[in-house]
Amino acid sequence: MASANLLQSLDYSVLQQCMHCGMCLPTCPTYVETKMERNSPRGRISLMRAVADGDLQVTKALSDEMYYCLGCLACQTACPAGVNYAELFETARAEVEQAQVDDGMQRGFWRWLSLNVIFMRPWLLRLIGRVLHVYQSTGLDALMRRLRFFGLMPPSLKKLEPQTPKIAEHFSDDLIWPEEKPKQDRGYRVGLLTGCIQDLAFSNINRDTADVLLANGCEVITPRSQSCCGSLHAHNGELELARELARRQIDSFDLDSLDAIITNAGGCGSHLKTYGHLLHDDPFYAGKAKQWDKKVKDIHEWLVQIRFRKPTAGAGVSEVTYHESCHLCHGQKVVSQPRQILASIPGLTFKELPESNWCCGSAGIYNITQPEQSQKLLTRKVENLRQAGVPVVATSNPGCHLQLANGLRACSSHPCQEVTQPVTLLAQAYRAEQSAQGGGVS
Amino acid sequence: MNKIEARLIQSLNEILSPDRVLTSDEDLVPYSFDGTAALKQRPGAVVFPLTAEEVSECVLLARRNNVPVVTRGSGTGLSGGSVPLDGCLVICLVKMDKLIEVDEKNLTLRAQSGVITKEIDDACAKVGLFYPPDPGSMKISTIGGNVAENSGGLRGLKYGVTRDYVMGFEVVLPDGTLTFLGNKCVKDVAGYSMKDIFIGSEGTLGIITEVILKVLPRPKARKTMLALYDSMEDAAKTISAIIAAKIIPCTLEFLDRVTVQCVEDYAKIGLPTDVEALVLMETDGHPVVVEEEAAQMMALAKANGARDVRAAADEAEGARLAAARRNAFSALARVRPTTILEDVTVPRSELAAMVAFIDAVAKKHKLQIGTFGHLGDGNLHPTFLTNERDHEEMHRIELALEEIVEETIRVGGTVTGEHGVGLAKKSFLKRQLGEGSYELMRSIKKALDPQGLLNPGKIFD
Repeated sequence: MASANLLQSLDYSVLQQCMHCGMCLPTCPTYVETKMERNSPRGRISLMRAVADGDLQVTKALSDEMYYCLGCLACQTACPAGVNYAELFETARAEVEQAQVDDGMQRGFWRWLSLNVIFMRPWLLRLIGRVLHVYQSTGLDALMRRLRFFGLMPPSLKKLEPQTPKIAEHFSDDLIWPEEKPKQDRGYRVGLLTGCIQDLAFSNINRDTADVLLANGCEVITPRSQSCCGSLHAHNGELELARELARRQIDSFDLDSLDAIITNAGGCGSHLKTYGHLLHDDPFYAGKAKQWDKKVKDIHEWLVQIRFRKPTAGAGVSEVTYHESCHLCHGQKVVSQPRQILASIPGLTFKELPESNWCCGSAGIYNITQPEQSQKLLTRKVENLRQAGVPVVATSNPGCHLQLANGLRACSSHPCQEVTQPVTLLAQAYRAEQSAQGGGVS
Repeated sequence: MNKIEARLIQSLNEILSPDRVLTSDEDLVPYSFDGTAALKQRPGAVVFPLTAEEVSECVLLARRNNVPVVTRGSGTGLSGGSVPLDGCLVICLVKMDKLIEVDEKNLTLRAQSGVITKEIDDACAKVGLFYPPDPGSMKISTIGGNVAENSGGLRGLKYGVTRDYVMGFEVVLPDGTLTFLGNKCVKDVAGYSMKDIFIGSEGTLGIITEVILKVLPRPKARKTMLALYDSMEDAAKTISAIIAAKIIPCTLEFLDRVTVQCVEDYAKIGLPTDVEALVLMETDGHPVVVEEEAAQMMALAKANGARDVRAAADEAEGARLAAARRNAFSALARVRPTTILEDVTVPRSELAAMVAFIDAVAKKHKLQIGTFGHLGDGNLHPTFLTNERDHEEMHRIELALEEIVEETIRVGGTVTGEHGVGLAKKSFLKRQLGEGSYELMRSIKKALDPQGLLNPGKIFD
């Protein structure tokens, strides 16, 4: 395919911004694992720069390296020089995809099926969700496992099968009305993003988010059948598809009428806030995308910004710790707000998790593409959760949520037994308040 | 570019194992540089030994094949000391990362060269001990690299540099000999102090594989303060007044306006960005003394024109302030893409004049220079903010640097206070040392490494 070298057409100053001081090294989970420069942000940027300079070919080894990176952005937090690693990383992955250096038949098929087909069509994704739900809820999955049906599958998929997320019985559209009004209006009108994985696996968390917003006087607008935000595509080198999804996302909301667009998934939020950059060349959408970026707020960020009301009842949980989603803390710099929310709940003791912002290994589809490194990170996280010694961990991204749940399930007699999210605990506290007063929710 | 012969690679694979021998382009490009701006050279191969014996075997093999050897840790050096040579063998020691012993009876610590400096201080802290040298990059730099470069840091004023804490080490000589220099004795006057020749030798005389360090009891208290100034002169006057009052603080750091702005931009800790100079002061020791000294220092700062003086509320805030200062150099990269950091050091009495001189040079050559450094020990870091692709500006930087170095030498200073000579400062070395001492240095290199095997072309040609 004869198209421009993407790293070459990138603004060179973004590459130059890295002055190779090495401050990123100790924060990079892959470098800490191997201690090899190419597995570090500094090393990867040097490879990208060598490609841009024409000193290095785009090879399979380069592609492997770009996919070995988790994209956790811990380096971005650590970088005093302010390198925009997220942009470099996305451009480099797009570059290796464009060069087609890693085109195994199987990889190509699965990428095409998931990125170009399933995650571009919300109806299809939900249909698959429905089928999966029936399959799981009838116990057919357990039966298949007993019959060793999965012995026919390639080993990598066989290992993953038990990790398939438990699909919710009802998706967000069944649980949330397109427009919901609070009992006590504070004059805020917000859009709610339901996400794709969040919608399928954790639609209850979307409901909780709506409840929390209503309890804080926000009118909630939830457009039907929303599509994927495109973060999956952007992080996997499919920038064109990501742009298409960004346009659709912008079109599904009446931006002018909303004070904020609320996201409750760390990974999506981090991407949703960069539509402005993604569409800066688009004559029709550039302006709208800029406006969009300003309005997108992570739920925790928004709640603290509007001075959320502290609940008067507890959430039925006595102790909690908090695992930070990489893209919420490193990507969006939303660090103190989730903690403030947890600390606001009466009767709930908050305990810090050692290395709370060290990646859990979920990282989008990293646990599928790099199971080995993903598992190492999960083991480290599970061990840290053991150190914290608390029965409940809260997190704020569906990928992390599933990863932690899988890690804890595989580890018997672990002190931590439950994974939840700060908004869920807050919603539970508000509900407890209501039932104490004998009223309904919101 | 010179490639290392396949036969030699095969031998390296046998000595180590193939996963510890890197030869592909994708593996080598990231080893083309260290922390120094604008210096780049792809090596022939990179190896990761795990033991001193493996280092020795690699050196012997390189010697037999006449391949130069460049040793490297985390590559945070700022004088090009670990930048490779064309087709050289890079021996990277980061995987020799065992902390062997903390000896509380003798107040010593033993570690392999690849241990990260901060891990050494952390291990000390666990048992109430303290490893004072604290290079700005201590979170990343390796102890072997610190010894090889004789690194300084933010506590140099009271505690000195790495040399003051090295009691002994194991070293591989250019002929492959593995030997130990020094020991755990506080007093040892047996013959020449051989270890001192290797400390700060920048990988040109031997490869240090394991070190014994002196550690101290951890100070019981520490207090961090911040003084803000509308003129650099007042800041310098305060420093003189503190020293004249017979106080030796552990840290007296300053940042100029440009640097403060960049640091605040990165760290967002609420530093005022409209000051001409910001001084970070720290005193440590017995709690009563710390309280008294801190009060005195704050009073002296006020008496000498500080606009505002404040003390950190607690240890955590103090640590945040110090951490922000540690990132000053990298934070300056926010202004322009290339940052060229200098390391000139002058007698303390010359500090204020030197800072003013640097300012004047910047104006004369129409350059942007952010200056920060260790006011207490005279070590300045004027940092040129530029773009390496702008050749005309790079030329003006050369001229400005020349003037700064001339002035430094004229007032009795040194071209490097803590980063080493490497490639970056070697053209100035003879001017500073004079013929006699320069030739003495060269003859030591010739005696120990007649073949010019280890890090050739560094420090001198």
